Amino acid sequence: MHIISLDPRVSRLDLLDEGSEVTVPQQEGWHTYEVFHQKKTGTQHTHVGIVHAPNPEMALVFAKESFARRGPTSNIWVVKSADVTATSYDDADIFETTPEKLYREASAYKLREKIEKYKLDTHE
Amino acid sequence: MYGGGYVQENENEKKATSAVQDDPIKLEAFEAKISRGEKIEPRDWMPFDYRRQLIRMIEQHAHSEIMGALPEGTWITRAPNFKRKMAIMAKVQDEIGHGQMLYSAAETLGKPREEMINDLLSGKSKYSNVFNYPAKTWADVTVIGFLIDAAAIVNQVINSKGSYGPYCRALERICFEEAFHLKQGHDAFVALATGTKFQREMLQEALNRWWQPIMHFHGPSDKLSVHTERLMRWKVKMASNDDMRQQFLNTYVPKIWELGLTIPDPNMHKNEETKQWEFTEPDWDEFFRVINGDGPCNKERIAVRKWAEEHGRWVREALMNPAEKYSLPYA
Repeated sequence: MHIISLDPRVSRLDLLDEGSEVTVPQQEGWHTYEVFHQKKTGTQHTHVGIVHAPNPEMALVFAKESFARRGPTSNIWVVKSADVTATSYDDADIFETTPEKLYREASAYKLREKIEKYKLDTHE
Repeated sequence: MYGGGYVQENENEKKATSAVQDDPIKLEAFEAKISRGEKIEPRDWMPFDYRRQLIRMIEQHAHSEIMGALPEGTWITRAPNFKRKMAIMAKVQDEIGHGQMLYSAAETLGKPREEMINDLLSGKSKYSNVFNYPAKTWADVTVIGFLIDAAAIVNQVINSKGSYGPYCRALERICFEEAFHLKQGHDAFVALATGTKFQREMLQEALNRWWQPIMHFHGPSDKLSVHTERLMRWKVKMASNDDMRQQFLNTYVPKIWELGLTIPDPNMHKNEETKQWEFTEPDWDEFFRVINGDGPCNKERIAVRKWAEEHGRWVREALMNPAEKYSLPYA
């Protein structure tokens, strides 16, 4: 079938007849890779999204096209989605150990008052 | 671009879901989480209908990005100068990238990308209606780049505050790039509007051609639209079609008028009392006719997509590894 299109490139194509079936079989769209992007050296790599690719090398090519078109990039990692191990959102309560974790924070430790009191006491 | 407000729904699927009963305790916890403003992530529990609606919405958004590149891509070879050619090439590449990101976001919900593409090719899944119209002149591309992108940004900014994590993240990235699309579109629009008499006429004619599709963009009036209360509560749909249209008109009609151009609707005005825009109701019969396949370019768009799938197959096949096991993307 030929179509007279506004786009001469489309007019030149030998298109399939209307109603012909085209099916993309499972796996032909390859597999997904998780993409991690580092803006500049010295900063963390951050998860930015997913690409479909047949292998890690192609995943890097697609990740560059998808996530490094503008703005600074110093490095990209890709990891096959199937290789990621993660906790389950259903088990989010594993992160709730004690209700209060101030003892892990620097701000919970007040020393100055004790030091000042000691100074006063020893001067007397 | 290009997420419209309108998501096509199939009657049989609607009936099928009314039979699905979600666990009421999980449903309550899910709704409480959303009302606290927390996001839902791919491997979270979610109601059957939430998943189904999101897949449909994100998938149609992805198709729209890919199909939207066709009318614009037509003009890459004939852009009026080098600067415009670079800009439209970058824009079209962005749109394809947005399509890829959105297919991945939809895939986290459990529908493989191949199935989504097959549903597009068979006509089961729709894309934004505006891309079933031709871009006749360079001015048409300019109107698309400025006003269709603007209409889509209204929708996308609102939806980026929705409840599904991967969709929100994709939309944030998309909106960032859309800012450039809108600006380059506005720049090209102003260049024609302030150019020669011939350029202004060309722009006005394109605006006249595109005005109705633009008014269709956010979907049928709330008066005609199906009940969306639950989708709003689940933060799948974030604003009604009419609200999005009002927001678009409020920002962009003045930007058209300030250039001395006219809108082909003599009734278009803002009611200063209600602060609402009033206009002639667009032809919704035409909207449904075109979305169901009878628009000026539906056949061409699908035929070109099929051609691309057929002719890219040998590359995908040569590189694929059928022994590998399928796994859902993470985030």
